[in-house]
Amino acid sequence: MNDMARVERRVGTKNAKITARDVQVHYGDTHAIKDVNVEIGDKTVTAFIGPSGCGKSTFLRCLNRMNDTIDACRVRGDILLDGEDIYDKRVDPVQLRAKVGMVFQKPNPFPKSIYDNVAYGPRIHGLARNKPELDEIVEKSLRRAAIWNEVKDRLDAPGTGLSGGQQQRLCIARAVATEPEVLLMDEPCSALDPIATAQVEELIDELRQRYSVVIVTHSMQQAARVSQKTAFFHLGNLVEFGETGQIFTNPQDPRTESYITGRIG
Amino acid sequence: MPTLWLVVSVLVLAAIGYVLGRKRALQSANGNIRELHSLPIYYGLNVAFAALLPALGVLILWLLAQPMIIDSTVSGMVPHEAIPEETTLGLVMSDVRRVASGLDAAVEQGVMTLAESHSLRAEAADIRARLGEVGVALGAEVKAEVLQAAQSYRRMTATGTHAMTLVVALLAVTGLAIAYARTHKDFRARNVVERGILVLLILAASLAILTTIGIVFSMLFETMNFFGLHSWKDFFFGGIWAPNFRGDSELSILPLLWGTLFISFIALLVAVPVGLFAAIYLAEYANNATRSFAKPLLEILAGIPTIVYGLFALLTIGPMLVDFFGKGGLLGVEWMAGATSVLTAGMVMGIMLIPFVSSLSDDIINAVPQAMRDGSLGLGATKSETVRQVVMPAALPGIVGAVLLAASRAIGETMIVVMGAGAIAKFSLNPLESMTTITTRIVSQLTGDTDFASPETLVAFALGLTLFVLTLGLNILALYIVRKYREQYE
Amino acid sequence: MSDISQNGAPKRTGSLLSKDARTAKRNRAESRFKLYGILAIAVGLLMLVTLVYNIVSRGTGAFTQTFVTLEVTLSEDKLDKKGNRNLDEIKKVSTFGYAPLIKDAIGKEVEKLGIQTDLPAKKQAAILSKSAAAQLRDYVIANPDKIGDTVEFRFLTNSRVDGYMKDRVSRDSIANDKSISPAQLDFVDQLVAEGVIVKSFNLDFIFGADASDQRPEAAGIGVSMIGSLFMMLVVLVLALPIGVAASIYLEEFAPKNWITDVIEVNISNLAAVPSIVYGILGLAVFINYMHLPMSAPLVGGLVLTLMTLPTIIISTRASLKAVPPSIRDAALGVGASKMQSVFHHVLPLAAPGILTGTIIGLAQALGETAPLLLIGMVGFIASNAPDSVAGGLLSPNSAMPAQIYEWAKRADPAFYERAWGGIIILLIFLVTMNTVAVILRRRFERRW
Repeated sequence: MNDMARVERRVGTKNAKITARDVQVHYGDTHAIKDVNVEIGDKTVTAFIGPSGCGKSTFLRCLNRMNDTIDACRVRGDILLDGEDIYDKRVDPVQLRAKVGMVFQKPNPFPKSIYDNVAYGPRIHGLARNKPELDEIVEKSLRRAAIWNEVKDRLDAPGTGLSGGQQQRLCIARAVATEPEVLLMDEPCSALDPIATAQVEELIDELRQRYSVVIVTHSMQQAARVSQKTAFFHLGNLVEFGETGQIFTNPQDPRTESYITGRIG
Repeated sequence: MPTLWLVVSVLVLAAIGYVLGRKRALQSANGNIRELHSLPIYYGLNVAFAALLPALGVLILWLLAQPMIIDSTVSGMVPHEAIPEETTLGLVMSDVRRVASGLDAAVEQGVMTLAESHSLRAEAADIRARLGEVGVALGAEVKAEVLQAAQSYRRMTATGTHAMTLVVALLAVTGLAIAYARTHKDFRARNVVERGILVLLILAASLAILTTIGIVFSMLFETMNFFGLHSWKDFFFGGIWAPNFRGDSELSILPLLWGTLFISFIALLVAVPVGLFAAIYLAEYANNATRSFAKPLLEILAGIPTIVYGLFALLTIGPMLVDFFGKGGLLGVEWMAGATSVLTAGMVMGIMLIPFVSSLSDDIINAVPQAMRDGSLGLGATKSETVRQVVMPAALPGIVGAVLLAASRAIGETMIVVMGAGAIAKFSLNPLESMTTITTRIVSQLTGDTDFASPETLVAFALGLTLFVLTLGLNILALYIVRKYREQYE
Repeated sequence: MSDISQNGAPKRTGSLLSKDARTAKRNRAESRFKLYGILAIAVGLLMLVTLVYNIVSRGTGAFTQTFVTLEVTLSEDKLDKKGNRNLDEIKKVSTFGYAPLIKDAIGKEVEKLGIQTDLPAKKQAAILSKSAAAQLRDYVIANPDKIGDTVEFRFLTNSRVDGYMKDRVSRDSIANDKSISPAQLDFVDQLVAEGVIVKSFNLDFIFGADASDQRPEAAGIGVSMIGSLFMMLVVLVLALPIGVAASIYLEEFAPKNWITDVIEVNISNLAAVPSIVYGILGLAVFINYMHLPMSAPLVGGLVLTLMTLPTIIISTRASLKAVPPSIRDAALGVGASKMQSVFHHVLPLAAPGILTGTIIGLAQALGETAPLLLIGMVGFIASNAPDSVAGGLLSPNSAMPAQIYEWAKRADPAFYERAWGGIIILLIFLVTMNTVAVILRRRFERRW
């Protein structure tokens, strides 16, 4: 089992989906991200770990330009998606976000029916030509998010009526429905109970078949369980980046070691 | 003003009580404050309150009750035959009161002696002329029955006032004496005083209820009088509003209600889209600088008194519309006769309501959690798609509530329609015609010479009550919806 | 990208750098939507600007007035035939008796300046306000010893001449006007050229009394300002303590039960009751039942008190709520009673907020008109300033907004200028009050 995982890891690193070079982020006067260089592989789960306030979520939100919605935030450096700079003036963030989907810390289903929640993305992006096609996309997405069996009989019920874990999987289905290439997850399990967390983690592992997944987590165990690559952030710096197994068993940087052994956090 | 002097004496008594109470408490503790249960100030306050509160409470109740009791007793004394046709008991009673106050004034100004005023006989003395001397004008010669009633009215008022003075003074002195006697170093003065203050606070809070009761009852009684004189069927279901002071008025609320709703509808047609889009822009698009500049400026519109809007309607918007739609206007049509019209009032009222709608909607849109927007933007939706398909559906109940509140404001608005809408009651779909509303008719029926015995005046109370019920219903519904909405996101 | 399609996953092939047609369309919709928002704000601001421009451009005229300076000989044979300076006899000469003096004065002025005019003397004098004779009479009664002397007076011109000086009246517009003729306007031009007629600042508009509907030029807002002042006094004295007491009870002491709930719902509904309903209440309760005098500022003040109370209660409760519970705990912790903790600690801390709310409530009450119509504060001429506090409270008066309404109703368009001018004064008061409230809030706002 362990060996197999390692093999897969090596396959995953071959082609970089996202490349970040010398990324700097400023929030007003605060220098939130300093000189981050990282390559995120395709069909890989990459985990960002680090103490809270280390900039891991900020960096994640740079990858689909969600930081654009915050006035005081400025991003410098290059972030390339399939070799194209996503901060290029010609890039429409709307088009970008269709390719780079996002799942948030707190489950945030829209106050609509379960069906409409999932169909929202395909509708705005015009992915379905007619109702049967849309039905198909919704079903496929709900299946991929491993929630189909639980909700198939009540697609018209409001999404807000589901339990926390179901809501988060619904949000994942919603993100998957737009057929993104990269899926960003910002502490997707922090608001969930252990059982729901296990379900979502299992789901993340399956999603790796199709997408490049980047997950921010404050739980080292979770990073170890779901990711192939891990990046450790500390005070806005990317301290260490490498194979998950390496990071956890043989950290190079003393700060990484301190964090993993629980001395800082 | 003997009542004023009574109040002043009670206040003086209370002040004396304060000093005495404080002194006695200190004496009982041999000047050692530490021996006292409470601070000396509380012993003083205790005595002062005991002198003040019961006395003033009884005074207020007495002042409220006395006219009612005397009125009903005296009106029972007026014989049926003394009420001429085409008038009512109410009119005779107002004559009685006027004669009584005229006689009092005459005595006060030294035109009559007190004894003379009591022994007056209607046949013997020319009362109308003599009261005219002291500035009390009477419509007709005073009848014997009226004079008799007026005399007993005066007698009872005098007796009542004397009794009141006596009772109030007695209460104040007794209160002071009892409290003074109880003052002792072990007496829990603070607790008693605080309980007294609490009672005062409760009274202040119940004034809100009292106001509502006052509103409802003041209108309810006169409305019942109105329905005694005029058929309620005509009021609610008739189709014509044509008051005239010969008696055969047709007083139906329906044409007025139509005018009110039509004008309110146009006002909302202006205010809701503008206010809502302004709120959306301010909440979702504007940066801080724009927001802190545009929001207060828009809210100035809400702080401008309605009289200003009324003048604006009458002298600016109305003539401007006539320039377009009137005779010889820019459009070459002759659709508008005068400056007052449904459109004039509606547009101006709409302008007034813009900030009302926008600031309420702004609050409501801001209450939609940011996570909701992030979710949508994260899927690649544009801002407008997010607003239209996620934020608006989420905020809809709150916005409906805001629109209902605005509608209730529009229905109850007075000055703009008084000055801008006109005075013709009719059912018409043409917004360029002059129409009238419930509030304008209330104003016109209750200003000038009002005769509280005629249906033409009393109808105003029925209109007022309907207006009150209508706006109250809208408000309660709107507040309920908004509250439910807020709870959802808290 | 070939590996992606192999796995059956998304086949989104377009480059990020080029926009697809759908995105372009969506972006256009986005811009349109944003434009609607900007338009909405622009419409709102445009209305504000229009309103302010209207008020200023049409109202500033009221602050200047056209005056004629004339030397009037107070001839003894007209005013005091017996020559014994008996005030009672002088008073018997009515304003009609003074008219010839003015006519003579203007005739003399014309002669002195050598103005050529065919206008008969009576028409010459008609360019003056009807108040001129009264002004003369008041002066003579106040200074009987001046009879026989020649004194310089500054008279108001009538409103048509004033309008002519302010470009409101033209020779075309008076074609059907009986009170003035083009010949008189020519005469006015001649006097203006000689500097006898001048336009200058009119203090009487701000401090003077209202005038009958024949003399718009003499109307002022001063007396109704006093009426408003007395009403505000009543509102302040009653609404502030009652409002604060009610809020303290509801916020600090009231148990959570249905009675408190009813009171709370009640208060928020009272705040939204149309103001005219308060007018009906005032008419029915204060005037019809309690027999308080009609048109008295006391009654107006009582009505406005009831109307303002909910506003004050709501803002006071908000400021009490903003005081953190730790303050109350601290006071209770050293053994203060609940009442002491509220009155010694919470209330002083909430005071700036309460004051701000009260000022805003007062400003609202100051501009309110509708209820005042029903208790008779319009429809008469507020001509005498009250002489005492009791008189100020009980004798009939008007209020600023009611006075403005009264002017707007009158037929002569010269009164419209007065109405707009009155609005300027009213708005100056409101702006001042609101600015004070904002400053108070900024200065004393505390973040816990």
